Amino acid sequence: MSADAPTLDVRGLKTHFFTKAGVARAVDGVDFTVGKGEVVGLVGESGSGKSVTGFSIIGLVDPPGRVVSGEVLFNGQNLIGLSPEKMRKLRGNRIAMIFQDPMMTLNPVLRVDTQMVETIRAHDKSVSKADALARARDALGQVGIPAPDERLKSYPHQFSGGMRQRVAIAIALLNKPDLIIADEPTTALDVTIQGQILYEAQKLCRETGTSMIWITHDLAVVAGLADKICVMYGGRIVEQGAIDDVLDHPVHPYTRGLLGSVPGHNTRGQRLYQIPGMAPSLLNLPEGCAFQARCPKADEVCKKEPEITEPIKGREIRCFHPHLDQDEEIGA
Amino acid sequence: MSEPMLEVRDLTKNFVKKLDLAGRIAQKMGSSIREEVVHAVDGVTIRIEKGGVVGLVGESGCGKSTLGRMIAGILQPTSGAITYKGVELTNMNPEEAKRAALEIQMIFQDPFASLNPRMRVVDIIGEAPVAHGFCKASEIHEYVSEVMQRVGLDPEYRRRYPHQFSGGQRQRIGIARALAVKPEFLVCDEAIAALDVSIQAQVINLFMDLREDLDLTYLFISHDLSVVEHISDRVVIMYLGRIVEVAETDDLFREPNHPYTYALLNEVPRVDQRGLDYHPIEGEIPSPLDPPPGCHFHPRCPHAMDRCKQERPQLREIAPKRWSACHLNDGT
Repeated sequence: MSADAPTLDVRGLKTHFFTKAGVARAVDGVDFTVGKGEVVGLVGESGSGKSVTGFSIIGLVDPPGRVVSGEVLFNGQNLIGLSPEKMRKLRGNRIAMIFQDPMMTLNPVLRVDTQMVETIRAHDKSVSKADALARARDALGQVGIPAPDERLKSYPHQFSGGMRQRVAIAIALLNKPDLIIADEPTTALDVTIQGQILYEAQKLCRETGTSMIWITHDLAVVAGLADKICVMYGGRIVEQGAIDDVLDHPVHPYTRGLLGSVPGHNTRGQRLYQIPGMAPSLLNLPEGCAFQARCPKADEVCKKEPEITEPIKGREIRCFHPHLDQDEEIGA
Repeated sequence: MSEPMLEVRDLTKNFVKKLDLAGRIAQKMGSSIREEVVHAVDGVTIRIEKGGVVGLVGESGCGKSTLGRMIAGILQPTSGAITYKGVELTNMNPEEAKRAALEIQMIFQDPFASLNPRMRVVDIIGEAPVAHGFCKASEIHEYVSEVMQRVGLDPEYRRRYPHQFSGGQRQRIGIARALAVKPEFLVCDEAIAALDVSIQAQVINLFMDLREDLDLTYLFISHDLSVVEHISDRVVIMYLGRIVEVAETDDLFREPNHPYTYALLNEVPRVDQRGLDYHPIEGEIPSPLDPPPGCHFHPRCPHAMDRCKQERPQLREIAPKRWSACHLNDGT
């Protein structure tokens, strides 16, 4: 997969919010690539900048937020600074987004068929209405909605939460995009319904070669789905690499702490590792590494900015004190 | 088996949506309009031993919160009995009833909605113990400081308002409020669902420490199976108002008996499972307004027989300390 040019190449992306209380550096130097057909999991806790990264890529950052520097190369074309008209041609066509709340995608007063036909015809006027309807029906069938012909005539409120999310995914798929950005699409759903959505998402990427960025706080969801994982903290990717490598042998103290705090099969009755303290406010991040106040290994050198290093092949981290000795205990 | 601390027998809660005037007139005129009845909890029986942690798991609409609220005395059951320390709640004299109400405390899901934003922390935590004579009004600050320390909050912050705290800290305030009246039984309704992963670990550890220090008994309501596996001794699985399976935690996760439990366990993403092939159970969770006849799970069950569509399976002991409600256990 890596032999081809990547579908998306994000370089040094910085998105800041200029609020009355000061500048919030929500995204502060993010670099990653998404290969063709690759699923990248973007993981972090609230306020880590994962959603803002997604919004920055697709050009949906509202004032007072602004992309201050960096490049987002999509199939070789830089999306930062692209005119609104050109961006609109890409959005919903080559790049699609799925939101946590499907009602952000769906218009409550329009029938599903109206919205789907509109999505197709907005990007390609030459498609006839009948053809567009047929494509809409196929897309609904593709995401596992039973009786798509009848469901096309329904309004969004007539669907259950899980079905609504499927409709949102079907709309994202309509124009066969090269990249889908999914922002916590299963967080509000029940376990069995989440399983169904993950199944559809996985099938799609395998069948159509669509690339995907899956933004979530849930390490377990990413574990089953993604090829690559990027762990974000304080507006930066602190560790990224192949999913198995990172989850089995985390190197960054934050990733190690995060994995240690997830209850698993063999942890019953034991104390979970807890990362002390809480996430810092984006308005006053400390100088240097954002994790230093909570990190067991932090010292003087962490007050300087950690650069991206590659201590192991295929693993990029931002840390002065990576856990390269895997036998070391978490938090040691 | 020792005398259970809390026993729930055949507990049922129906929510009835009464007809409005127009509806009643239409009914008099012979229309088929009827009151809508939701069987939120439908004949549930649970025993909880002193010092035990019982995990109650289910998806949205299965009645797990309604059950928790009835046990905590917030909702009145439609029928059935709750017995606390050998005495039925409805048969208690006022003195006993007051004591039971204090000894059974509840911790809520949303740490933002369950604290009065206009009260200082010292009053939120201290109001009930003063009113019930656990401490004098003049000693409220000392008393509250002690409780705050126990849950890991800095007593210096007791004059602050809830909005000045983070989500994890607010949840600790909620826990402190419950602990302030020296309870013996805690109902935790999705008490950690709204928290970030690293904060979740802190609160889970707090619950486990409190259990040991204060000899507490828990009913731990959650949709998150990994958390329940971590913290519980026994697990109760609910589906659409009924219990489908009860088992010791180890047994349940090793060898689920009920097809729904099996599906639920399969569907939960876990950090140690990668590149999964998802095989989700089909179908939606039916509306509790109109649950399917017989076994509620039969429309989604891969093993459904004719009998499942007609006859409600009873919860039976299929092995020591192990109950399941499935017709499959009768055959072979």
